[in-house]
Amino acid sequence: MNKALMTYLIWPLVKFLIAFVIVQVIVAAMNWVERRLLGLFQARLGPNRVGPKGLLQIIADPIKFLLKEDIVPASAEKVAYFLGPVLPLIPAFLVFCLIPFGPPPTFTVTRVNVGLLLIIALTSTAVYGIILGGWASNNKYSLMGGLRSAAQMVSYEVPFGLSIVGVLMITGSLDLVTIVRYQEVNAWNFISQIVACFIFLVSMNAENNRTPFDLPEAESELVAGYHTEYSAMKFAFFMLGEYSMMIVNSCLIVTLFFGGWTLGMFGFGLTTEVLRGMGVFGGLLGAAIFFTKVMLFLLMYVWFRATFPRFRFDQLMDLGWKFMIPLALANIFVTGIFILAGQERLMYWIGLGTIAAAAFYLFRPKRIPAKQKVVHAS
Amino acid sequence: MFDVQEMEVNFGPQHPSTHGVLRVLLKIDGERILDAKPIIGYLHRGTEKLFEHMAYPQCIPHTDRMDYVASATNNLGFVETVEKMMGITGNIPKRAQLMRVMLSELQRISSHLLWLATHAIDLGAMTPFFYTFREREQILDFFESYCGARLTLNCMRIGGMPDDLPHGWLEDVEAFVDKFEACIDEYESLLTNNRIWKKRTIGIGVLSPEDAIDWGITGPPLRGSGVEWDLRRAQPYECYPELQFEIPIGKNGDTYDRYLVRMEEMRQSTRILKQCFPLIRATPAGDIKAKISKVIRPPEGEVYHSIESPKGELGYYIVSDGKTQNAYRCHVRPPSFVNLQALPAMAKGHLVSDLVALIGTIDIVLGEVDR
Repeated sequence: MNKALMTYLIWPLVKFLIAFVIVQVIVAAMNWVERRLLGLFQARLGPNRVGPKGLLQIIADPIKFLLKEDIVPASAEKVAYFLGPVLPLIPAFLVFCLIPFGPPPTFTVTRVNVGLLLIIALTSTAVYGIILGGWASNNKYSLMGGLRSAAQMVSYEVPFGLSIVGVLMITGSLDLVTIVRYQEVNAWNFISQIVACFIFLVSMNAENNRTPFDLPEAESELVAGYHTEYSAMKFAFFMLGEYSMMIVNSCLIVTLFFGGWTLGMFGFGLTTEVLRGMGVFGGLLGAAIFFTKVMLFLLMYVWFRATFPRFRFDQLMDLGWKFMIPLALANIFVTGIFILAGQERLMYWIGLGTIAAAAFYLFRPKRIPAKQKVVHAS
Repeated sequence: MFDVQEMEVNFGPQHPSTHGVLRVLLKIDGERILDAKPIIGYLHRGTEKLFEHMAYPQCIPHTDRMDYVASATNNLGFVETVEKMMGITGNIPKRAQLMRVMLSELQRISSHLLWLATHAIDLGAMTPFFYTFREREQILDFFESYCGARLTLNCMRIGGMPDDLPHGWLEDVEAFVDKFEACIDEYESLLTNNRIWKKRTIGIGVLSPEDAIDWGITGPPLRGSGVEWDLRRAQPYECYPELQFEIPIGKNGDTYDRYLVRMEEMRQSTRILKQCFPLIRATPAGDIKAKISKVIRPPEGEVYHSIESPKGELGYYIVSDGKTQNAYRCHVRPPSFVNLQALPAMAKGHLVSDLVALIGTIDIVLGEVDR
């Protein structure tokens, strides 16, 4: 067989399919994990009827979606209505080709030297499906949900992109593998780029329309937002797209800021070289480390969902344009100064200081909730 | 250049956050509300007319169905009005009075818990919903063990109470009340100092004290605007004069102040309950009914009596012709109905998301609005 065919078509395809299956399993498992975890947070049980600990819920849900009647509203724009749920899936799945799940070359589907740029370009197309779906449903709530989503995703695309610039500047590469390799010999990027990491975390929540930024599908305001009129598998596609994008973004934050598949800094610990030395087992260990980190960020989404109320639309825009974008720009500026001055190590100390200060603030002894403003008249 | 169009949206009657079957006809420009028109009547059951065809005791179960999340106070308002008409208000035994107060205060807590749950979930915070329902279930269990029903209690009679307290009831309630303040702190830790919660509620739907009085608003929305008006203090009934409690009032009259007022009212209710335990233990068991005739036929005349329900002033106006066993005319002044009328004025100029907060903060129950 042609060697080039093997290298450039068959192997990538096989690897992609394996990665795809793993990710789909995570998506399905995520659904169960989210509901059980929310149950824990909220003093209730969550799904526990189907199978042991409700684990078969993962299978029961898709079966239900498949068997439900697929309703298309009479006044819907048929083609766009169909495209709506399908379009967000394409970028969500394609992106998995570009993310290195473990030590290269085995655990990367393709290695593109502008991988990061390609990922941002792909993920930003996900919004089309939501706008199309919201508009094609011919429902005022759907339309409002679609419009909100469009404005929100476009707005948060900007701080999302700008926060990555800081990482690019210190690592000097758009290649995700190089970025990870940089982090194992230096510190993980979240230390030196703590501000960028924070902005990335917030904007990835906003990008995915998750609480507290879940305005496009705000249940209590817009019924269900852009997917009000969708049922059965079409609705499941929207959910699949949303959860896949959650995983994509978690993969991205792990790769960019938390050392990807490695578990070491400054050349110590489980770096790529150490993992390679262990052979196949090392590769699998790297992938396991990577997915554990991804899982932690997925749990963070659930944690946010259980904790926060929802922003209002104008407040969301204010936060994006008036706070996040200036902050991201300032971060780029400051990073630039440090790099010019050749003081990149100083950024580690500043980052560590910031993390310590934040931890100190978060774990400070709690004040007794103040009885604000309520006056006892008698 | 652009053709700016106003959009009309039917907010309800089938909508997750209209708390029942309220329909608000919205005129919106983008997300901004130009006009909001509440359309009511989807749950109209003709309760007032029904009262004219039923003997007075038969009316009590129907009062349950008005404010169905606070039926004890509905019962209380009705039986007190009839008692006032018969002139037996002073004859009600102390134990029955205390039981009425305890049931009403438990009901006030459970109603406020339901309000907090729905208000929080309307604003996107889903966890308080489950925490408040945990405690609300316990309160409903107390109701169940007293009268057998959880929501539509039918737990008061003209002249007293239907039954004495079951064995161990007081101890159970006491245990609950002791731990309940910690539960309120738990809810508050999720919301009170949360920045997003503050952003969503501070400055939303501001009602000045003058406006609130002009609209005839009562209850927590009125007190949130800084008017010290609580019928338990202003026109005392039952044994409220003997009980120590404070009336929380707000300053700015916005949604956040109304939230704080209701949270504090729950604390005050627990305080009232705590005072009731020693008092009720001092009364003889079984002394729960005044001596009245079996047939209730109030003298000719009319009477208006109102109590402080969890949602505001709940008034009953009853006309009796003195000949029959049923009312000639009965009118109910439900607090939700009157409070709801301020919605268009409060909503104008806010965003669609705020309308949800406003419907929540008025705390309407459509059963009571439509009757």
